[in-house]
Amino acid sequence: MSFIEITAFLANGFVISLIIFAVTLIVGIPLGLPIAFCSMSKFAPLKAVAKTFVWIVRGIPLMLQIFIIYYVPGLLFGNPIFSQIDRYIIRNFTIPHDGGLTQMLLTNAGGLVAVLIAFAINYACYFSEIYRGGIESISKGQYEAGYVLGLTKSQVFKFVVLKQVVKRIVPPMSNEIITLIKDTALANCIMLPEIIKQAKELAATQALIWPLFYTGVFYLIFVGLLTIIFGKVEKKLSYFRS
Amino acid sequence: MALLEVKNVYKKFGKTEVLKGIDFSLNKGEVLSIIGSSGSGKTTLLRCINFLETPEQGEYYINGELLFDAKLAATYKESEIRKKRLKFGMVFQSFNLFPQYSALDNVMLALKLQIKEDIKTNKDLICKENNIKTRHQLAAYKEKLLKEAEENAIDILTKVGLKEKLNSYPCELSGGQQQRVAIARALALSPEILCFDEPTSALDPEMSGEVLNVIRNLAVDTGKTMIIVTHEMNFARDVSDKIIFMSDGVILEEGTPKDIFENPKFDRTKEFLNSIG
Ligand SMILES: Nc1ncnc2c1ncn2[C@@H]1O[C@H](COP(=O)(O)OP(=O)(O)OP(=O)(O)O)[C@@H](O)[C@H]1O
Ligand SMILES: [Mg+2]
Repeated sequence: MSFIEITAFLANGFVISLIIFAVTLIVGIPLGLPIAFCSMSKFAPLKAVAKTFVWIVRGIPLMLQIFIIYYVPGLLFGNPIFSQIDRYIIRNFTIPHDGGLTQMLLTNAGGLVAVLIAFAINYACYFSEIYRGGIESISKGQYEAGYVLGLTKSQVFKFVVLKQVVKRIVPPMSNEIITLIKDTALANCIMLPEIIKQAKELAATQALIWPLFYTGVFYLIFVGLLTIIFGKVEKKLSYFRS
Repeated sequence: MALLEVKNVYKKFGKTEVLKGIDFSLNKGEVLSIIGSSGSGKTTLLRCINFLETPEQGEYYINGELLFDAKLAATYKESEIRKKRLKFGMVFQSFNLFPQYSALDNVMLALKLQIKEDIKTNKDLICKENNIKTRHQLAAYKEKLLKEAEENAIDILTKVGLKEKLNSYPCELSGGQQQRVAIARALALSPEILCFDEPTSALDPEMSGEVLNVIRNLAVDTGKTMIIVTHEMNFARDVSDKIIFMSDGVILEEGTPKDIFENPKFDRTKEFLNSIG
């Protein structure tokens, strides 16, 4: 295989990595909010449930969570939902056999869904802790200053607290999001052809080891882009100190 | 009739009784200073009348009308509390400006939200009263109100000597300037009574001077009714019509500055005045 072909082969894998990345953010960022609010709730049972959930999700390796989500429905409930997704697709779609992205996605749809669920829940819990830390770091004085001006609780949150929270959570969120792109490599534990799985494929079929190291370039470029974006966001919020 | 009457206020935190039966009244245009040693309950009293704490017992009257009764506290809705607390303004020791807003926007925020809320909830009435027929006219009406609010806010900031700092963010202002923005922010809502909790204790002497001058001008020029918790005895003596000395959750002594500073009745008051210089 030529260098270009190998790059294209790996790039297909990286598209899968990016899909996991994007869906995790799109679902996880909003999903973290209700989890954060529950874990700060004054209603003790709700708070306990939320905190326990976050503790479990943050306490178990993500790889194990992927296994749990992928295998447990079949093992425990006799409902191997993700392999059923695969079977459904085989029955209803004509899958191309060109080794391209469409084939990769269609033949791995079940696993991809399982991975997306695991990632979204896992990251939502991490995000919720960042949100909680950010919200709790705002001084009582800010709320009280809002209340004595006659603002409602929700106005205080929306017009006084929110932007300060956003400013404070940008750095930890950046870290977490940069970790996320690298974590997508965990998807290869259930054989999902993300970029590192693709490189391992090349090692196995073509006896080529260097593509494995070459994958680092993809991550580096992407993380570089993210760093620039986060730098811009931080700069945009640097006009005030809180 | 007194503008404000506070009757029989009791407040405890857990088992500690902090206010043990506070009674006082204040006439319109008067300046009341509250002095007393640390932990005597001064801040707690101000927080109670600003509805930041709910006392277990006590009533407040404004112009003879019941504003708050601890027995009914559980029945007040958030919207009622919001209306009631606007009788008072509050300036905090630590300024508590909103860091993401400019000085002008700090002063404008509550006004803006009030205007928007008012137009939203009383739309029909407002349209009728102002002969507004189209959505366009309503938008223009809102614009006009916002413009007026902004002019008002600029006036107030000018009055506290910050005409040049309208667009500065709190982090670009000195402590004294920040506290003056906080005073302007409270004034903008035209409270009946403006409360200050040690407005200068976070400031060095030079900056305290400028803040104290602003408060003094409010008393002299505009005859604002004020309650000031302070450790600045000279200032309290100068500016107050009435002084309350609090000790251990009660009002030990109450009188004119002359009464308190020259003829204190209690040894506790004397000790306190000596200790503070
Ligand atoms: N939220 C609270 N929870 C428990 N105790 C409190 C609380 N707020 C105040 N206290 C206690 O109430 C007492 C009176 O406090 P307060 O702040 O009213 O005193 P102060 O007269 O304002 O003192 P200082 O001059 O130091 O500001 C103190 O003993 C304080 O520890
Ligand atoms: Mg105090």
